[in-house]
Amino acid sequence: MMKPHRKKRLSIILFISAGLAIAIGLSLYALSNNIDLFFTPTQVANGEVEPGRRIRVGGMVKEESIQRTDESLDVRFIATDYNHDVTVQYSGILPDLFREGQGVVAEGSMSPEGHFVASRVLARHDENYMSNEVKSALDAAERDREAMMQQEASN
Amino acid sequence: MPVSAIPEVGNFALILAFCLALVLAVVPMIGAARDNVLWMNLARPLTAGVFVMVSIALVVLGYSFVTDDFSVAYVANHSNSQLPLQYKITAVWGGHEGSFLFWTWMLTGWMVAVGVFSRALPNEFVARVLAVMGFITASYALFMLATSNPFDRLLPLPPGDGGDLNSALQDFAFIIHPPALYMGYVGFAVVFAFAIAALLSGRLDAAWARWCRPWANFAWAILTLGIALGSWWAYYELGWGGWWAWDPVENPPLITWLLGTALIHSLAATEKRGVFKSWTVLLAILAFAASQLGTFITRSGLLTSVHAFASDPTRGVYILGFMVVIVGGALLLYALRSPMMRSEFGFGSLSREVFLLANNIILVVASAAILLGTLYPMVYQAMSGGNVISVGPPYFNTIFLPLMAILVLFLGIGPVARWKRTSMAYLRQQLTKVAIAAVSLGVIIPVILTLGLPIGAIITTVLAFWVLFSMIRDIRGKIANKSSTLAGLKSLTVSYWGMQIAHFGFIVLMSGAVLTSIYSQERSVLLQPAQSAELGEYTFVFQGVEGLRGPNYNAQRATINVVKDGEAWMDLYPEKRLYLASNSPATEMAIDGRFLRDLFITLGEERSQGAWSMTIHIKPFVRWIWLGAIFIALGGIVAITDKRYRRFRLKQAAMDQADNTRRQPPAGEATGAA
Repeated sequence: MMKPHRKKRLSIILFISAGLAIAIGLSLYALSNNIDLFFTPTQVANGEVEPGRRIRVGGMVKEESIQRTDESLDVRFIATDYNHDVTVQYSGILPDLFREGQGVVAEGSMSPEGHFVASRVLARHDENYMSNEVKSALDAAERDREAMMQQEASN
Repeated sequence: MPVSAIPEVGNFALILAFCLALVLAVVPMIGAARDNVLWMNLARPLTAGVFVMVSIALVVLGYSFVTDDFSVAYVANHSNSQLPLQYKITAVWGGHEGSFLFWTWMLTGWMVAVGVFSRALPNEFVARVLAVMGFITASYALFMLATSNPFDRLLPLPPGDGGDLNSALQDFAFIIHPPALYMGYVGFAVVFAFAIAALLSGRLDAAWARWCRPWANFAWAILTLGIALGSWWAYYELGWGGWWAWDPVENPPLITWLLGTALIHSLAATEKRGVFKSWTVLLAILAFAASQLGTFITRSGLLTSVHAFASDPTRGVYILGFMVVIVGGALLLYALRSPMMRSEFGFGSLSREVFLLANNIILVVASAAILLGTLYPMVYQAMSGGNVISVGPPYFNTIFLPLMAILVLFLGIGPVARWKRTSMAYLRQQLTKVAIAAVSLGVIIPVILTLGLPIGAIITTVLAFWVLFSMIRDIRGKIANKSSTLAGLKSLTVSYWGMQIAHFGFIVLMSGAVLTSIYSQERSVLLQPAQSAELGEYTFVFQGVEGLRGPNYNAQRATINVVKDGEAWMDLYPEKRLYLASNSPATEMAIDGRFLRDLFITLGEERSQGAWSMTIHIKPFVRWIWLGAIFIALGGIVAITDKRYRRFRLKQAAMDQADNTRRQPPAGEATGAA
């Protein structure tokens, strides 16, 4: 027979463990449903993205690619990693630091026609700072280019 | 322009601060271990010395900003000759190096406060507390000197003018948000040092909890204000109409706050009933670890965020190393000392202790879930070979909201429950009417106001009324036997009032946060001059845009007439600014803030023929979020003024004196050493 205070301590520990287990389970479940994968323009061009799924796409805003309309808030621009381009459609107000030749990350999904329809557009927040996502996209694209160049050279 | 030598004074002061802090970390600690009064007594003078040196460094940096000394790299990067004076001063904490100096200065300020307000504590204990804080200061100073010296020079060719302060930082809230946040954040180092000193000395009792509580409460109250100010600033400066983004840098302060909240509740149980001792100490260590984690995340550049400073891996490695040493060391010490932290288990399965335990579990689980979501992208990237992901607000909301709902449910019962043992019959007698009233009013009011069945709003109002009515019931019960209501209210202790004010603030904050999330409306429109847009019960008439010249920016200011019920209500003037030195655009929102709702307009960009895009928001109850936070902080501060902390000090001082005279010097060491 356990001593009463031991028993109480055991019940409290069990209570806490059960609570923690439930919380961890719920957290992991919520996490699995709420992750936004990031894709580079190259990955998009290779067809790695299924239309309709919520993702993030990032790259540099291509020079002279921003098209605005005079009647509505619709904007179209091209995000590029300098190997491949993605056309991004957005309706709304772009952030202050959204500019041509600067990094951008868009959140949304691919349309069946192959455009990226953004629900949110994020730009960098200060001069010296580039988002990790854009940086990784550009680095990946650069590696691809170098690999291609090496291949051409060896051919 | 001749090159000034003043910045070198700052550099030198910083080096001296490091040396003094190192001595402080070592000598009084050894003194405390060997019972050497002389060595222990060095703690206070050394603390003062460190404080003076870091203050000199800070003042020198401020002086370099005010005098436009662009030979200092940090000044050149974060200021400009055209920057208004108040922003030149606050630019001191506008970037990585300076904000770290400022942070370190805050820490030394806390140390001085500990030195001054701990006269009644045992000498040995104070020596240990200050030595631990000295160790932290020394690490910070070394970090600055090694990786991020604010006094690095651009010599022999300083630039002619500086690169300007980030335009989002040129704002009133930036003057007060970082100081409040840092002060609260760093305050947890005090509680951490108290915990370590207790572990080292083996003294972990109700008296220890009583010494700890005012510091924990104060740090926590200031952190509350700091986070609220940050939220307010994001709301009106960043321009997307939100007040919380679950940003990787917003999360660590929130984690620290949640752990701090758990800590002050657990401390209450430790002081009153001698329970949860080891748990309290663990929370103190974890809260400090969370504050360090925040530093690591902002300054290592590992995560994508609004707040991230320019990334530099060496800084991240250093901070991570420091965290491993100090937090790891603390946890090791904790493990070694855990046999000594026997708590009594004298409470029933229905008692205030159990409700406090529930509070703690919920808060720690919430912290852990937020931590998981914050770090998961980093872990995922490392494990999957470079795939980048982000964890969005839906994750955090899914976890956090239900947990807070359960927390508030218990919040209605906990304060009514009695220590040690409460009978179910007593709770039923106290709370049945409260529950009935809360549920009926909480359902009826939202249904009448919205003519629908808004589940989220109903849950929120029911919970808010539940806590509110239980609070009123408890106060009435406590003063029922007094001669008059006024006499009764006066008889309640200050701590009790502090608790009720903070709890009230929490439900105000919760109501504001949920209701504004549910009922906010926004609309993006493109308007020609004289065109109008409608949203809610208001019509917004765009009157065109005019040019303005600010001190260091050019602005375009729109005039918008707000019409309500066919009558002119007011005018709003959102701006689009271009800061000249950095050539960076910035948006100034126009906000009409009222108790029940905010109108909020962001100006977008000009399209053809004078047409401008803009976003209009109506945000009901959004002010309640910050109002609630003010109440929470106020509650924390009110509780500190409780007489028993002072009375205890006097009594303890008298005891120390008696003790000293009895034992005869030089054996006059502190009481209470284990």
